[in-house]
Amino acid sequence: MLAVLILIPVLAGAAGFLLRSNGIRRGVLLLAAASHGGLTLSMWIRRPGPLFGGWLLLDAQGLLFLTVTSILFLATSLYAVGYLRQEVWGERQDFEEGFLFSNAREAVFTGCLLFFLAMMTLVTVSQHFGLLWVAVEATTLASAPLIYFHRHRRSLEATWKYILICSVGIALALLGTFFLSVACSLGREGHTPMLLTNLIGEGRLVNLPWLKAAFLFLLVGYGTKMGLAPMHTWLPDAHSEAPSVISALLSGALLNCAFLAVLRMQQVCAAAGEGPFGRKMLLLFGFASMTVAALFIVRQGDFKRMLAYSSVEHMGILSLAVGIGGGAGFGAMLHAVNHSLTKGMLFLVAGNILAAYKTKSTTEVQGVLRVLPISGVLWVAGFLAIAGSPPFGLFLSELIILKTAMDQGHIWMATGYLALLSVVFIGLATIMLRMAQGVPVLRPGGRASAPEELSTVENPHVESLLAVAPPLALGALVLILGLYLPAGLQNVLEEAARAITG
Amino acid sequence: MNTPSLILPFLALILSPLLVGIVNRTKAFFAGRTGQPLFQLYFDLAKLLRKGAVYSKTTSWIFRAGPVVQLAAAITALFVLPWGGASAPFHFNGDLILLAYLMGLMRFFTVLAALDTGSAFEGMGASREVQFSALAEPALLVGLAAAAHAGHDHIAPPLGNFQGALSLSGIYSSLSMDAWLSSGPALLMVAGALFVVFLAENSRIPFDDPNTHLELTMIHEVMILDHGGPDLAMILYGASLKMWLLGSLTAGLIVPVRTGNAWLDASAVFAGLCFLALLTGVVESTMARLRLLRVPQLLVSAGFLSTLALILLLWR
Amino acid sequence: MRLLVDALIVLLILTNLRLVASSHLAACIYVVALQGLVLGLLPLLVGTDPLTLRACVLSGLTMVLKGIIFPWLLLRALRAVQVRKEMEPLVGYTTSLLVGAVLLALAMWFGRRLPLPVSEASPLMVPLALFTIMIGLFAIVSRRKALTQVLGYLVMENGIYAFGLTFAREEPLLVELGTLLDIFMAVFVMGITIFHISREFDHIDTDRLSLLKD
Repeated sequence: MLAVLILIPVLAGAAGFLLRSNGIRRGVLLLAAASHGGLTLSMWIRRPGPLFGGWLLLDAQGLLFLTVTSILFLATSLYAVGYLRQEVWGERQDFEEGFLFSNAREAVFTGCLLFFLAMMTLVTVSQHFGLLWVAVEATTLASAPLIYFHRHRRSLEATWKYILICSVGIALALLGTFFLSVACSLGREGHTPMLLTNLIGEGRLVNLPWLKAAFLFLLVGYGTKMGLAPMHTWLPDAHSEAPSVISALLSGALLNCAFLAVLRMQQVCAAAGEGPFGRKMLLLFGFASMTVAALFIVRQGDFKRMLAYSSVEHMGILSLAVGIGGGAGFGAMLHAVNHSLTKGMLFLVAGNILAAYKTKSTTEVQGVLRVLPISGVLWVAGFLAIAGSPPFGLFLSELIILKTAMDQGHIWMATGYLALLSVVFIGLATIMLRMAQGVPVLRPGGRASAPEELSTVENPHVESLLAVAPPLALGALVLILGLYLPAGLQNVLEEAARAITG
Repeated sequence: MNTPSLILPFLALILSPLLVGIVNRTKAFFAGRTGQPLFQLYFDLAKLLRKGAVYSKTTSWIFRAGPVVQLAAAITALFVLPWGGASAPFHFNGDLILLAYLMGLMRFFTVLAALDTGSAFEGMGASREVQFSALAEPALLVGLAAAAHAGHDHIAPPLGNFQGALSLSGIYSSLSMDAWLSSGPALLMVAGALFVVFLAENSRIPFDDPNTHLELTMIHEVMILDHGGPDLAMILYGASLKMWLLGSLTAGLIVPVRTGNAWLDASAVFAGLCFLALLTGVVESTMARLRLLRVPQLLVSAGFLSTLALILLLWR
Repeated sequence: MRLLVDALIVLLILTNLRLVASSHLAACIYVVALQGLVLGLLPLLVGTDPLTLRACVLSGLTMVLKGIIFPWLLLRALRAVQVRKEMEPLVGYTTSLLVGAVLLALAMWFGRRLPLPVSEASPLMVPLALFTIMIGLFAIVSRRKALTQVLGYLVMENGIYAFGLTFAREEPLLVELGTLLDIFMAVFVMGITIFHISREFDHIDTDRLSLLKD
């Protein structure tokens, strides 16, 4: 089952590279996304057994993140079909700087997209730390060409920063993996494979100094990929310059995968009795990320960058929640799911706004509600969701985290957390609500510098089904999760929370 | 103190100009010229000694004392210098510092004499000389320390007290084949560092061109432009002695023949010296002078090699 | 055997130094190639029963990849971008050497303090690995050219590989192969990116890539 799950996107990706017809290729993309989604859903009914001697195994956390990835991928691939239809082959004008550029070939885009999915799937199911590393690094390499889909200078710069910073960070994680291996083999005969279950089972037998060093290196390494401050610098660039479809996947699925890798290490740490040490580190990085994100969200001039910083903030919240431990573990899991779906929706809507307004500036975009009625409503709903207002799922998860912090007597921490959340709330509100309201001023496509070139458009655009249905579906999911948690999901969330916080 | 160790320094006094001859013959061979006779420096010295000297009115006694002090320091240094396994007439703990400082004294007086002329060019040469030797000296001392460490581990028990280990003679007598077998990489690095120091201190090509007549690029030669007659002879002779000094340190390291017979050891080292002179000639013929900015880099690399060697040896 | 391993380790240390002291990009690439070749020899020499099939496969693959294919890819990129020298690095060459010496001392100090499993390999392996990693990181932060940064990444990876060689020898071959494949892909993608950067910007100075900022 697991092998099939990985093989589907790999084969489809290879087909994507080889096929010549755009239509068939898009069909393959949708087919792969749908079958991947279907297979993933079937795993909720019956969890597949371990594969290759336990190297591949779907545990509760893996199942959660795999499902989120799969749902997001299905939504984004639907959106991508509509998007690719718009992005016809040939030179076009950049709307920010006015030069001409072309896109990467669609075959490369689709192929890499599917490989990206395959590698993320591998991350969620791999139990061996070496394999996990290979998979995480592979996600970087598969997604780099996606960020450079629009072949112009800004996306190129973003791609370079993404590859270099992430590769260096993940190389540190490899060192951490080796440290972990030393920690396990020190002073003992024989060899146990570095499988998560083995490491947790051996628990207190591991060498603590090496384990701590391993934890730090893995946290810094995978934390780079996850976008924890201060290693987050690649994230806003990559998210703002990639096509919105890709930003949605990066933010909603890839960051989670890196988070999963950090979680696995925290599990080993906790099993060895060093849980408090790991939690302290996670708290530190979590707070740093939230602070940095809050500072940069306020008065942000580029709405895709704003969303990217919001991802940094939410990764901070996740890290913080695991750091608090206890009941917050449940909150963290729920939050990860909610954040991914919400952020995916927001990036897709941002893509619609970008397509209509031809600018990413938060001050130039006004009146989305009038120009793009559905996207506008989704944008406002997305704002409410991502800022953590009821009735959306993020409200619930943020509240659980806050409550746990209070229950455990971390009053200062809870205060700081609330303060940062409100700063972000205000920052997002000013930008996103202003964008939604007001009198729309549209650029006539391409660059427009003089105000007289801008035409005021009152009548709404026709929004295509493929552009609004996926974000609408994602938004609906977030809303449902805020109102009602299905029992099956609740069980899996609790199982995952038990695994990570003990 | 035995006979060979008494006689060897005097042999050095006679043989040292020969090294310069070998270098020049090698260069001539590479350039396809007939070149100077092997004994050209002897002829030059004889000629210069017969001449009188002219002194500028602006110079003081320092200018005249320079060559004398220089030569005296070089000759003194010969008496603590071992020839490979053959020990020096005088040896005591820490005499390697004395050697380094005698060479420092030579340099100090050359520089003072150059500054005394008040010429801008000579001042420039002096400043460069001081800068480069400040970088070369650590490489030399650390390299010798590393060699001491390499030898110390293999010293024969009777000599193996701490007493001998910190004198040049002690260091070099213990650098046998065994030391090379057990710590070859480290000794190779020390030899490399010493060779670089040898080239730098003797104003040889990657650092300085002894034949150049373009003042802007000269270092050593520009400092002695105003000396003439017997003074110049003393300087040239002193320089050849310095070449002998540093050359012996390098050759004693790379020729690990320690038979116990002082004459045999000494001739092995002499062969090593001739080889070194040959090598210098080859380097001078095949390499270009470094840009002045790159010179410190090479010297720091030499220092790094020495340090690395020392660390490697300390590590065991 | 021990002496040979020591000599190779010294050679590796010296290649690191040469990397930070050289301004010619082509020379730097050759240095890294040499480092890859020497590194490839090590699996055959360290370890209890060296000549297992696993060691041979690993050694051969490492030498081919790190010693031949990576340099070839990078040389191709170098030819395409028509840049020959690293002009004015953020840290000068002489200073870089001194920094290298300090890093080496640090690596030695750390290597001595770490509680290590008894290893049959040379005790210098851990300091070497740490030093190589640090030099790689140093090259990444102190150089402007994208190509030198890739070299720094490779050197860092080499250091990690050397560490893994000493202690994580039980790591399954499959994972090692996966790691090598990933690094290969990384260098490949980076090479292509450098090519595009030089075409779009007419330079490959990463510090001048500053279009994107807040």
